[in-house]
Amino acid sequence: MISQVNEPGKTDEAGKKLGMWLFLYTEIILFGGLFVLYAVYLTRYPNEFIEGGKELNRIFGVVNTIILLISSFAVAAAITAVQKDQRKLALWAIGGSLGCGAIFLVNKYFEWGHKIALGIYPNSERLLDGPDGQNMFFGLYYVITGLHGLHIVIGMTFLAVSFGFVLAGKVTAKRFALLENAGLYWHLVDLIWIFVFPLFYLII
Amino acid sequence: MEKKDHIFSYKTLFYVLLALLALTGVTVGASYVHLGKFNVWVALGIASLKATLVLMVFMHLKFEGRALILSFLSTVFFLAIMIGFTFWDVAFR
Repeated sequence: MISQVNEPGKTDEAGKKLGMWLFLYTEIILFGGLFVLYAVYLTRYPNEFIEGGKELNRIFGVVNTIILLISSFAVAAAITAVQKDQRKLALWAIGGSLGCGAIFLVNKYFEWGHKIALGIYPNSERLLDGPDGQNMFFGLYYVITGLHGLHIVIGMTFLAVSFGFVLAGKVTAKRFALLENAGLYWHLVDLIWIFVFPLFYLII
Repeated sequence: MEKKDHIFSYKTLFYVLLALLALTGVTVGASYVHLGKFNVWVALGIASLKATLVLMVFMHLKFEGRALILSFLSTVFFLAIMIGFTFWDVAFR
């Protein structure tokens, strides 16, 4: 690790990756805090949370889970491809994961749109007049899935930039920290969804 | 530096994807079985298993050195403190 830095023309790939991981730790704590809120209010309003969970469409939840898992696989495959100097395959894989991210967001749009049409949105009359637990459940639903959706957008931007660098030949088998870090961020977004999905959609 | 051993084959990655999809099926199936309070724990258990697969293989944690492994575990440890102490507080209010 250290010797790498001292050689001219070489960069500290391990250091870049460590920096990314340090950032990811702060993300874990950020979402961790929201999950603490969820857990505390789940124990306070178990029935309202179960009712709220029934309102969510499981199909959307399952489809989006599958999409994110496939996109994570695609990014991991893209890194393997770059390591093996298979640039074309890497580009297809990154493009595929970007497509998956887009489908995820489109699904989210329809899902939120449907909820809003039903009068379920922050500060809506239906939630304000309903039980506190229901308001809490959907409040957390919008904050957590909203923040997660924002992460999807950022992750896609990061992946798109990596796509450009791979295309330009600046990401190579010897130097691929940029793509690796974009991948790490994307996997973290997937990791968060792995917990969001059962907690919101599958609660009974 | 050690290059060769740090590449996951497409096959390995694909099997991990299949395992993740299968576990998604399991967690959906388990949600139809009424276990009361344990439903949440079953869901969290399966989610943790999926998370471990993603971390170890997709995120290459399996190949990383001590600095990353230890710092990651410390993060999880602090997360556990945050969750644990909050519950401690809420439960005895």
